[in-house]
Amino acid sequence: MSQSYDRGLIEDFGRWREFTAGMWAWVFHKFTGWVLIGYLFTHIAVLSTSLQGAETFNSTIQGLESLALVRLLEVGLLAVAVFHILNGIRLLFVDLGVGLESQDKSFYASLVLTGVIVVASVPTFVSGAF
Amino acid sequence: MSTQTPDTETESEAEQPSSKPHHERRLAEKRERAETKEAERAAAAQDIKGETVELKVFRFDPEIEGKEEPRFDSFTIPFEKGMTVLDALIYARDQYDSSLTFRHSCRQAVCGSDAFFINGRQQLGCQTQMADLDWPVRVEPLPHQDVVKDLVVEMDHFYDQMEAVDPFFDPDDLPEGELEEQRQSPENRENIKLSTRCIWCGACMSSCNIAAGDNKYLGPAAINKAYRFYMDEREGEQKRQERLEIIEQEHGVWRCQTQFSCTNVCPKDIPLTEHIQELKREAVKQNLKFW
Repeated sequence: MSQSYDRGLIEDFGRWREFTAGMWAWVFHKFTGWVLIGYLFTHIAVLSTSLQGAETFNSTIQGLESLALVRLLEVGLLAVAVFHILNGIRLLFVDLGVGLESQDKSFYASLVLTGVIVVASVPTFVSGAF
Repeated sequence: MSTQTPDTETESEAEQPSSKPHHERRLAEKRERAETKEAERAAAAQDIKGETVELKVFRFDPEIEGKEEPRFDSFTIPFEKGMTVLDALIYARDQYDSSLTFRHSCRQAVCGSDAFFINGRQQLGCQTQMADLDWPVRVEPLPHQDVVKDLVVEMDHFYDQMEAVDPFFDPDDLPEGELEEQRQSPENRENIKLSTRCIWCGACMSSCNIAAGDNKYLGPAAINKAYRFYMDEREGEQKRQERLEIIEQEHGVWRCQTQFSCTNVCPKDIPLTEHIQELKREAVKQNLKFW
């Protein structure tokens, strides 16, 4: 036992192909959580333009909403938020010890539901932008 | 053999280039021997009749020059019905390379020494059928543990964590008579039944992403061990409290982020995540006061 070999970080994310449902749920939950925190700051920045009066606020919002990119990002934001909510509910059940055997199915269900909701919302978000 | 006359000629022939240092000649002979051995081995591999399976095994030996760099060795193993990964490894060691090192003992999923990373999943070698795997089969040492040699990993940290939760029975009062039993209700036995199955193989700890990043985290196996005693109705009140204090620490149950990796890989099908979650609820119940 003169020395031992440490294979390093490659063991974790280098093996993403072997991740199971619970692991993916965790990765997505972390990711969406950080995206939502990031969004919170831009949200505050945009809202705080109202401090300079109604005019500025209206023009900022209108300016942003006229950009197709912002409309697309909004769809993405909805996807992130919906997944975070649904997976959060899933985690709540996991914490309560309810249905632990079907935790992978509930993860897939929350993914599918997120997809459905996002697709259904696309016309509302994107109309008039293109 | 110098006593035999015909040999003297060959001997003298061999000694003809005596200007060459003795040592070089020995090396050449050694190389030749190795080559013939290699050829024999290749022939043996070709001689195998019937189905064969290719086994790719992680090799690493820090003590031998030229083997410090980790690599994969391939072995051609004759496949038999019912062959496990451990059987294949034993064949490779016995037939091809006696330096191939791995832990194994009981061959029936009880001793917990042969947990490997087989085709990207922590599994017991003796419990995994070759027929159930995608071929070629890739065998690596458990991830997130330091490799000592080949498939042998450092288990000290895992054992330390197992012992950190005081895995022993400590009742408050002993029964009167010397031969009196300490009875447990069948319902309570059912509750802890699955948690008693643990064989200390370390597969769960190896699969856990959190344990990999946080060395102080007790890990699924240790928490399961704590669950086994905490949920036992015969556990003494004093010890119960002490045990709860150990597991409700920052690096105890609260580090679990319910990835279910441990539950997925456990060779004894212990619902580890469920047990951890239950202990989390116990910890909350003990500390929540409404006043």
